[in-house]
Amino acid sequence: MTRKSAEELAKKARQISISEFFEKNRHLLGFDNPRKALLIAVKEAVDNALDACEEARILPEISIELIQLNDTLFRMIVEDNGPGIIESQIPKIFAKLLYGSKFHKLSSTRGQQGIGISATLLYGQLTTGRPAVILSKINKDKEADKIKLKINTQTNNPDIVSSEKVEWAEKNHGTRIEIDMEGAYLKGKQSVDEYLKETAIVNPHLTLIYTNPNAEQIIFPRVTEEMPAEIKEIKPHPYGIELGRLIKMLEVTAAKTMQQFLTTEFVRVGPGTAKEICQNSALLPKTKPKKITREMAEGLYQGIKKTKIISPPTDCISPIGAEELEKGLRKEINAEFYCSTTRPPSVYRGNPFIIEVALAFGGEQEADKTVRIMRFANRVPLLYQQGACAITSSIMNTAWRNYGLQQSRTSIPVGPCTIVVHMTSVWVPFTSESKEALANYNEIVKEIKLALQECGRKLVSFVNKKKKIKDEGKKRSYIEKYIPHVAEALRELLGLDEITKKKIEDNLGEILEHTRGELEEIKIDNPDYDPELAKIGSEKAELSGTLKDKKSLKSNEVKEIKKVQEKKEDIIENNVENNVENNVENNKEDDITTNGNKQTTLI
Amino acid sequence: MATKTGKQNIVIKKIEELAKDVWNTISRLKQPELEMPIRALSNVKYDEKEGYFKIQDRVKLRTLTASTIKTFAQSLRMMGLSKSLIEAEDIATKREAYYVSKNWGDARFKEQPESDTVMDDIEAMMRVNREQIGFIPEEKGGDVAGKLIVIDKDQDTGKEIKIDCTKFGSGAYSVPSSVEELRFETNAKFILAIETAGMFQRLVKHNYWKKSDCILISMGGVPTRACRRFIRKLADDKKLPVYVFTDGDPYGFGSIYRTLKVGSGNAAHINKFFCVPQAQFIGITPQDIVDYKLPTHPLKDVDIKKIKDLIKNDPFIIHHKPWQKALKQMATMKVRAEQQALAKHGLNFVISDYLPKKLKDQKTWLP
Repeated sequence: MTRKSAEELAKKARQISISEFFEKNRHLLGFDNPRKALLIAVKEAVDNALDACEEARILPEISIELIQLNDTLFRMIVEDNGPGIIESQIPKIFAKLLYGSKFHKLSSTRGQQGIGISATLLYGQLTTGRPAVILSKINKDKEADKIKLKINTQTNNPDIVSSEKVEWAEKNHGTRIEIDMEGAYLKGKQSVDEYLKETAIVNPHLTLIYTNPNAEQIIFPRVTEEMPAEIKEIKPHPYGIELGRLIKMLEVTAAKTMQQFLTTEFVRVGPGTAKEICQNSALLPKTKPKKITREMAEGLYQGIKKTKIISPPTDCISPIGAEELEKGLRKEINAEFYCSTTRPPSVYRGNPFIIEVALAFGGEQEADKTVRIMRFANRVPLLYQQGACAITSSIMNTAWRNYGLQQSRTSIPVGPCTIVVHMTSVWVPFTSESKEALANYNEIVKEIKLALQECGRKLVSFVNKKKKIKDEGKKRSYIEKYIPHVAEALRELLGLDEITKKKIEDNLGEILEHTRGELEEIKIDNPDYDPELAKIGSEKAELSGTLKDKKSLKSNEVKEIKKVQEKKEDIIENNVENNVENNVENNKEDDITTNGNKQTTLI
Repeated sequence: MATKTGKQNIVIKKIEELAKDVWNTISRLKQPELEMPIRALSNVKYDEKEGYFKIQDRVKLRTLTASTIKTFAQSLRMMGLSKSLIEAEDIATKREAYYVSKNWGDARFKEQPESDTVMDDIEAMMRVNREQIGFIPEEKGGDVAGKLIVIDKDQDTGKEIKIDCTKFGSGAYSVPSSVEELRFETNAKFILAIETAGMFQRLVKHNYWKKSDCILISMGGVPTRACRRFIRKLADDKKLPVYVFTDGDPYGFGSIYRTLKVGSGNAAHINKFFCVPQAQFIGITPQDIVDYKLPTHPLKDVDIKKIKDLIKNDPFIIHHKPWQKALKQMATMKVRAEQQALAKHGLNFVISDYLPKKLKDQKTWLP
């Protein structure tokens, strides 16, 4: 074997573009399998549309259409009534990874990094070779731009296939994207259907029109005309900054001095605090930021830590609101009891955040299963990686037995209950780019637990009340069971007639009820419940169309069983034995039960 | 028969009165109550003059509430059963009554002890004997051998028949569950009531009754009501002394002898008829264990507990100093001895030495 020289080896090493990287590692963005890919694509498109509408203060109306092109190919069309995008921006926004408006600012938008939508384009391009079609209109007097786009994976630059001005009469402004991609459409948990439903629940101001590949249209109308409070952008808080980011900021800042840099680039840093930071970092306030070396930056980083800086402002984030969250839950779940809470703002790593929890108990929910957990971050449903999420671990580490649910040590509690947890923050710490689970920060876990406990306390008082009423109900039925016996005994002893006996029963009822007071009733009182909505996503995850086959298969099985039994009877008849009759009798019984089974399977 | 019917009419009247009371109370929309005496040692007093545990006037009220409605219904239905039994001049065993309740739907008894308790409550409510409300126990009354002729009736013809208790050979006459109608003929000098069937067998086998002119009765543990009533009736009618011969242990003293002599807490309401105040205890005493050097068994924890309980709570023991002394003596000795332990000195030692000596020396008895 000939040894290769360093020069030879060096020839092979070359720059990897970010697009190339994700081409090979598409699971990092959530495109692991066809089913999930379809969901992620819809999610990224809807997130973008919602962010755009809200930023422009337009009440969002988004339509999503999925068309099945063949067994594995789907076309996704997402159209919004947002502000539209100017022609020159379209290629970069959709076809350049890590290009976006949201990465360098801190605000509680859904999108963060500028990866999602272009990654979706990339995925479509990789699986179909076809370009994406973007249609956007910014003004009712202008024509729309229709641009066909691809991504050059080598350079991570947009590749414009075609660009033209077109008439788009039905919209004054808005954007429509059309991407073909490989996918699989299944109903049930973690489906596009469920994702969109949950999105509608936590975005009550959104109207969503969804047409699934079976050409079934579902409309989620908005329930409030009120937009969420305008998202305020804040500068980073010094405590939340990492060294690398700090160095970058020092490089690009327009500030002339360190004093200026600290007061203009950060929140909560006034002249006094800036001086103190410089002192703690052994830097002169007049030093030019461009002259700061890596070592000096490290000193600054340590200096910030040593300085006492007040927490960031929290008015930059707006929660959904406990009431709205509970309303959404009422649509989804028909329960006996609801409660919700919004925690006051808190801070992790310099990022303000708010935790909200809502809870639905009893009613039509199954009592012997683990509770259902619904996770949201900045109004986006989180459907995957429940086990890795800080929300899940917070739920597991809460002592639910104190709050009326069953729980074996630090596991998901069991009971007829749904728990909704929502985190709003200017920067949601996801465990990965596919944004599926929250990272375990102590401050976040603590806040989630406090919110859960707050709801838990309300829950346990309801559970106790319910138990009391149930016991009372049992006692009542016990009384009612034995009243006739007391009356009957008296009738027998005194030779009374039936009318007198009835009178005694009535009197006894009155006497005993009187001493027990009014019986409170727990009923499901939920006019908001929407059974159609609740059904979405709760179907079994079966490929559409296969359901019928399965049913007929089952009835075939029953027929098979019957055949076997007929054979059995033949054998018995051949064996002329005394107990033939018995056997046949037994077989008949079996036959009846089989028929019974058949009926239930067919139902 | 006239008295019997009269008595039964009284019971029916009482039952009807109670039922009417309940009905009236319900009509007034008030919670009805059933009142019954408390049947426990805590509600009896030892009456020395009368010689038995007299019931006191503490009562328990069974008020009709959500939690008592089942027993309330059962009590009323049991009263109904009792009434129909008396009217039909029929009787039912406790077990039969339990089975009758199976017709009562949800008000039926799950286990016989439940129906027994309700029955005892009604009996106490009426302040009469079980037999008078139409129920009889299943338990055997006890075995009798010796110089006694029991006058009973032929169950078919009603004709008088005389049963000679000397003519049972190595067997014995069995005390029936109802003894009220029996009459007696005897020239015996005393009655000897014996705890165990084993000792009874030995005395019968060697015709002890012949040697000492007596009537032997085996109680087989705590004497049943029928057995107590039989001994009482016989002793009263024929003015015979009654001697009781039990094991030398707290159970023999406190349960068997005491119940025979003065009655029990549970049957507090009827002790008057079911006691034998003339009974005397002739062994085995703790002193006998010492005097006869009898083989012993160590006392168990339950025995020691029973001794303490007797000294502290039993009105009969509290009344009799000699009994307290004896029990304390046993507690310090920490041993007990059975009747058959006398066999240590020879199988017939009990006949040849122990009983004759005992019966002669009143100082060795206990009250």
